[in-house]
Amino acid sequence: MSEENNESIIESSIKRKYKLQAKDVKVWYSDFMAIKGVSMDIKANKVTAFIGPSGCGKSTFLRLFNRMNDYVDDFKMGGDINIDGKDIYDKNINVELLRKQVGMVFQKPNPFPKSIFENVAYGLKIQGLKDKAFLQERVESSLKQVALWSEVKDDLNKSALALSGGQQQRLCIARTLAVEPSIILMDEPTSALDPISTAKIEELIYKLKDKYTIVIVTHNMQQASRISDNTAFFYLGELIEYDKTNKIFTNPEKKQTENYITGRFG
Amino acid sequence: MRKIKELVIERGLLLSALITIAVTVGIILVLSIEAIKFFSEVSIIDFLTDPEWTPLFTDKHFGIMSLLSGTLLTSFIAIAFALPVGLSISIYLSEYAPKSFRRTIKPLLELLAAVPTVVYGFFALMVVTPFLQTIIPGLSSFNSLSAGIVMGIMIIPYISSLSEDALHAVPYTLREAAYGMGSTRLQNAFKVIVPAASSGIIVSIILAISRAIGETMIVAIAAGQQPRLTFDPTVPVETITAYIVQVSLGDVQHDSLEYKTIFAAGITLFVFTFLLNTISYRIRKKFQEKYE
Repeated sequence: MSEENNESIIESSIKRKYKLQAKDVKVWYSDFMAIKGVSMDIKANKVTAFIGPSGCGKSTFLRLFNRMNDYVDDFKMGGDINIDGKDIYDKNINVELLRKQVGMVFQKPNPFPKSIFENVAYGLKIQGLKDKAFLQERVESSLKQVALWSEVKDDLNKSALALSGGQQQRLCIARTLAVEPSIILMDEPTSALDPISTAKIEELIYKLKDKYTIVIVTHNMQQASRISDNTAFFYLGELIEYDKTNKIFTNPEKKQTENYITGRFG
Repeated sequence: MRKIKELVIERGLLLSALITIAVTVGIILVLSIEAIKFFSEVSIIDFLTDPEWTPLFTDKHFGIMSLLSGTLLTSFIAIAFALPVGLSISIYLSEYAPKSFRRTIKPLLELLAAVPTVVYGFFALMVVTPFLQTIIPGLSSFNSLSAGIVMGIMIIPYISSLSEDALHAVPYTLREAAYGMGSTRLQNAFKVIVPAASSGIIVSIILAISRAIGETMIVAIAAGQQPRLTFDPTVPVETITAYIVQVSLGDVQHDSLEYKTIFAAGITLFVFTFLLNTISYRIRKKFQEKYE
């Protein structure tokens, strides 16, 4: 076996294991340093939770993976972020294509003021897909994945804004799934929802990890412990501890982590 | 003592509100009474169907259509000019321009609406018409094309500024959703933001139309004073407003039939702007319900 071949095998095995890799990532908003050199590898087909007090940089860090910070004024960044081994901040990267691969669900449900059908079909339509039967099928399968199909199948032409908050958030997840991303970023997806809707979304996240790599920012530590495989604790722009969720919540290495998860600050 | 002060203030505010209403009612009353007197002498069917408007001649005709066509033609040209320009500006300012640029350019654009319309009128007559004549040889010195275009320039800020407000009011979370789904800037603007702001944009267009229909000085100066049932933009026409100016300034005897024509013309104009305002009010109300 040649050396070159060998290398590519090692490379692809790294790819399989680590979907997302951050190397010494720093972020500034004008003079304020929001992320102070974070390196971490995120595994494929796992749920990884980011926890930490408000302002610790976890949302900022999450939004680096689909370049959503690009729109923030005075945003500056250093270090590398790789997805499947490819630098996503390379200048040849097509940001729109990247975002089709890396879907995002936001804090507040934000369906478009369009019909339920149009919401789910949006991502496909902007890619130029027009075939009605295909769209229909994809909308149905996406809504089924988020367990919303049975609730809305007769109202697909109704405005998405008529749905309840929990339904809207599941619709937003369906909208993201419809374009078949490989990674889903979730920025406190249940913080605006009631407990029952929250439980439904958590169940959904648990199911989705078979097919997707999920990274979720949450303020709710019970949520992190319930649904995630790995947990990263951020504090003041630094990654304090990153380990198996079980370990973080039962036997953390660092004092700060322990203080936070036991509710001594936050 | 305090109570009396409160009472005086309350009554004072009520009074100023009542005065506004009284003035509006007064205007409508005067318009209607004089118009009714007019219609007792001229049949409303002639008024609506006669193709000629010659109340100041010996052979009198009272067909509002030839004035109305002048009004509609100039307004149409103005909107056809202002709509694409105004909308492009608003989308650019809201979705593309850097914040600092937007802050500077918006008040400057709004200045366009603050230029006295008599200045616009002479600009149309002395600058735009001669320029257009080099392109369109048959263009007469008074024409609806030049008046319409300059009126379009005047109403650009109505469309650009109000539409920009509507676009800007679309929640940021929708832009995040659109970009998060992999939309380009163009797709974000036209597939998400513009549809979401559509009612506000429509209201801005209606207000601009309303403004164009009621505009007087520009058309009186640059479009001519020849009532003519035509949709040819190169010939002189007369709008309803220009006719009212012409008669009001002339030496027509009070209470004569000729004098009453301006009330009939006025009420026609009023019906149009009233309808447009009502439509925009309805749309605005619906829009508010949608986002609550």
